[in-house]
Amino acid sequence: MFETTVEMDVNGKRWAAEVEPRKTLADFLREDCALTGTHLGCEHGVCGACTVLVDGRAVRSCLMFAVQAQGHEVTTIEGLAGPDGELSAVQEAFRAEHGLQCGFCTPGFVVSVTDFLAEHPNPTDGEIRQGLSGNLCRCTGYQGIVRAVRRAAAGG
Amino acid sequence: MKPAPFEYRAPEDLDEALAVLAERGDEAKVLAGGQSLVPMLALRLTSFECLVDIGRVAELQGARREDGVLVVGAGTVDAAVGADPAVAASVPLLAEATPLIGHFQIRNRGTIGGSLAHADPAAEYPAVALALDAELEVASAAGRRVVPAAEFFEGTWTTALEGDEILTAARFSVWEGRCGFAVEELARRHGDFAVAGAAGGVALDPDGTVVRCAVALIGMESTPVRAWRAEAALVGTSPGPAEVVEAAQLAVDGIDPPADVHGSGAYRKKVGAEMVRRMLTRALEEAARV
Repeated sequence: MFETTVEMDVNGKRWAAEVEPRKTLADFLREDCALTGTHLGCEHGVCGACTVLVDGRAVRSCLMFAVQAQGHEVTTIEGLAGPDGELSAVQEAFRAEHGLQCGFCTPGFVVSVTDFLAEHPNPTDGEIRQGLSGNLCRCTGYQGIVRAVRRAAAGG
Repeated sequence: MKPAPFEYRAPEDLDEALAVLAERGDEAKVLAGGQSLVPMLALRLTSFECLVDIGRVAELQGARREDGVLVVGAGTVDAAVGADPAVAASVPLLAEATPLIGHFQIRNRGTIGGSLAHADPAAEYPAVALALDAELEVASAAGRRVVPAAEFFEGTWTTALEGDEILTAARFSVWEGRCGFAVEELARRHGDFAVAGAAGGVALDPDGTVVRCAVALIGMESTPVRAWRAEAALVGTSPGPAEVVEAAQLAVDGIDPPADVHGSGAYRKKVGAEMVRRMLTRALEEAARV
């Protein structure tokens, strides 16, 4: 019902599709763009697993309709690594510090931390923990994640 | 999870948005940042035939100073409110309250107008607007009006806005002189809605006497509440810790907070008084330093 064309840049590539307005950006990325790195946990804005960058800022892709991203630039977890698959500084720090176990929440954390460090290049531990508070992880106990953010902030 | 189907309109100017609302009435709902509306739609707590996305309306964006007033466009995202040096300089309470709203990912999308129009009793911006006697600019296809914050919040998720109206801006008068402002909240987890909280400010004369005092309670009733009696008790005095405790108690006297899974009404009242005490203490200290 009410289908409409939506067009946006996803990880530097132009995407256009016919979507229902009620389709969330998260479902658009997973189903239409086949970018399944964006994970859906709670689907109502609490867990942070679906976090992506819209125009460089971290947002919940489950709390945004694809039609609202019309004309904007979206970056997902698939868009953070370099062209040769070289991990980003944040990805590398999560790997080095065991900032993940099962990996389900990891795309949301990595994307959130990417925006967080852009805004806070030299964060205190308190700022790091506050910056991570919008993402839930049920495995790690967060210690490795906090270390990973510290490492990424220190330049690896 | 999927919301019920809806028609989507994304007007690029305010008049067009107002025309859609005039035509569709209560079938239509304004979509701002969507950080409250989208989960409610996803959980099917509500549904609308038509959503009018005002995110592309440029005239609703940004904050500007007009004489002694800070005018904040309703479409300004929380993150922009929190990062704007003009906001921090003119209305420090807005800058104080912003980091307490959800998480930074929410603040990147959520808007000040959305928060005010959604009118959650535990939200920060409604309490700030009430404490500072903000004036809310409202538009419909038929014309414009200004609603004082004290008349805007009518109940949980209910405001004075009519179905064909859009909140376009909030006007905050700028306090001059020796002022201090603070927000204090108790929440079970960072980013959660507060169990109870308080937002407000004080202004001192050169001798340290309180000449102006504003206290609004967060999450204590179905709307934010002004603690008039506490304010009146402090104006004209130079309060010490004991007087602040008394005023904090006055602030919650006669309030009957709701009970829920996070605490009983009595607990909430106790916490609310303590939040008022901490808020006033911090605001007085700040004002004394100016």
